[in-house]
Amino acid sequence: MTDFGTSPDEVQFRFRDDEPADHGTVTVDACCDQTNATAVRIEPGDDARTLLPFLDRLALVEVNFPSFGDGRGYSSARILREAGFTGELRAVGDLGIDQLSHMRRCGFDAFAPDKLLDEEDAARAFATWDNVYQSTTDDRKTIQELRHG
Amino acid sequence: MYAYDQYDQQMVDARVAEFRDQARRRLEGKLTEDQFKPLRLMNGLYLQLHAYMLRVAIPYGTLNSRQMTALGDIADKYDRGYGHFTTRQNLQYNWIKLEDAADILADLAKVEMHAIQTSGNCIRNISSDHFAGAAKDELIDPRPYAELLRQWSSFHPEFTYLPRKFKIAVIAAEKDRAAMRLHDIGIQIVEKDGEIGARFYVGGGMGRTPMIAPMIRDFVPLDQLITYSEACLRVYNRYGRRDNKYKARIKILVHELGAEEYTRQVEEEFAHMLDQGVEPPREELERIKPFFADPAFEDGPKTLDRTDPDFALWVKHNTHQHKHDSYVSAVISLKPVGGIPGDATGEQIRIMAQLAKQYSVDELRIMHTQNVVLPHVKIADLYAIWTALGAADLGAPNMDSIEDMIACPGLDYCALANARSIPLAQRISERFDASGKTEKLGELKLKISGCINACGHHHAGHIGILGVDRKGVENYQLSLGGSEAEDVSLAKITGPGFTEDGVIEAVEKVTDLYLNRREGEERFLDTYRRIGMTPFKEALYD
Repeated sequence: MTDFGTSPDEVQFRFRDDEPADHGTVTVDACCDQTNATAVRIEPGDDARTLLPFLDRLALVEVNFPSFGDGRGYSSARILREAGFTGELRAVGDLGIDQLSHMRRCGFDAFAPDKLLDEEDAARAFATWDNVYQSTTDDRKTIQELRHG
Repeated sequence: MYAYDQYDQQMVDARVAEFRDQARRRLEGKLTEDQFKPLRLMNGLYLQLHAYMLRVAIPYGTLNSRQMTALGDIADKYDRGYGHFTTRQNLQYNWIKLEDAADILADLAKVEMHAIQTSGNCIRNISSDHFAGAAKDELIDPRPYAELLRQWSSFHPEFTYLPRKFKIAVIAAEKDRAAMRLHDIGIQIVEKDGEIGARFYVGGGMGRTPMIAPMIRDFVPLDQLITYSEACLRVYNRYGRRDNKYKARIKILVHELGAEEYTRQVEEEFAHMLDQGVEPPREELERIKPFFADPAFEDGPKTLDRTDPDFALWVKHNTHQHKHDSYVSAVISLKPVGGIPGDATGEQIRIMAQLAKQYSVDELRIMHTQNVVLPHVKIADLYAIWTALGAADLGAPNMDSIEDMIACPGLDYCALANARSIPLAQRISERFDASGKTEKLGELKLKISGCINACGHHHAGHIGILGVDRKGVENYQLSLGGSEAEDVSLAKITGPGFTEDGVIEAVEKVTDLYLNRREGEERFLDTYRRIGMTPFKEALYD
């Protein structure tokens, strides 16, 4: 269930029931060297697949969007979910209302926008699509699957 | 043709609601213009020189008479009585008010149409062969595959903020009538060992760095079509350049990596994705196919009375061989002598719709050459159709002639343009028509762009003209030898540019040279390829 606006820190929307990771993230490079890191932050130019050997120990992956028009983070998110990552996948940075529904579909379950977003607008945005055409890891039945039982 | 079910309609309605909400937030100041711009662009709304322009998607260039009529009505109600058909088989309105945009989208949604992804850095409207489902030479109708791709690419969550726009074309004939290899992805439906599949060409395009797409996979089984497309896109989304918008198209990525390395990465991603359940159920393709099944063709006369020479000329140029021998596909030219290429009035649009309803199984096609097709016309009805077209100033017998030029909107409308395209197109067609040279030249594809973004496809013209700004004066570069067809090639610049008058003279000179040097049935392009650039340069500059 959606839990609007009750999370601590800068996370505005979170779709998880577990406790948020309580320490800061490290870079992808540092994560590969530091065997105890449990939270990491992916920049647009990072290869998300570098993290695949460490997914078991990661509780949080932040994906940074320095500019909302740079869509590399959407692929990073899907790659992590496709690899079975079940921890928190948090979009951070230049996020707007109109990116939320697609980000959610790509596997993000927490959102920390640079500027707080209007809660009503966001609720509407998360509910934009009653049904969807594409299959992702969010397990929603696609329109094509609904058509064919 | 394809008809929406409740789900397709729901998606379009949701989009209209979303756009209304976005426009509201813009008006309330919750969105800056910078934030609003990519959102309105994804709804096909551009700000041009004088007004907003709205681009309406016509998936794979196919529409019915009800949809066509609605396009004509919108032209009258919200524009200045015109629509402009584009090289992406779409339609643009050039005089739109921002406050009307949501209402226009709602009017479109009533007839299963929209402006979704007709702009922005996302997957654009899928284009196809304008004779699909009618041409005698096609393997199979490519549109069911285009429709499958339409659904997949609509609101794709991962590929909405690509490095740059992304265009896909699907054909299923050896003859390429869709400029397939000048697309980001060109798909040719092919047969191999009795099985139908898809051949992928990736990394073509025009613009300031034209490239012909290399083939990266000769056969993708149909039950992996979407998965393979997704792999192509993911590699691009992750590694396409974002540091320079002029180097952000996939053609640059494929060029810089090399086709082999790009292919290796796609294949690796594809192998991974095959386990991810990306592909829609196979039944979906089977559901789509009957929408494109042949209408019930009726046997009838297979020959014509060609005693009227004007009619005979139109039949010779503007009809295309149909798979049923009592039918043809008829091309309605939107290139009247001295007209604006691709423009039609609201009334003309409704007349074309009416003719489709009466004579063409209620179906029309838009060509990337900015003309309209009645795909399934009985040979017996051709004279009546030609008569009706002539009365509506739609009967120009000039398909694939020098008068059937592609021209971008140019400096008359477009904020990016350096030079005017339309007046030049008008003058050339008037001049060649008046001198009677058009008919002597036969097939000659002239394409005019008003800036290096190449919306007028000048790289692919047998003769291409590119308008540039030279110290504040419009200047026109001439190029020769391009083709967007199955013999695809990129045109080469002849040399220094010309004034507007000068470039018209230059076109006269190169076409004169062709008429002097051609052998047998050679087209301009064939002669150019045989004798090379040098004689043309000598004729132009010595």
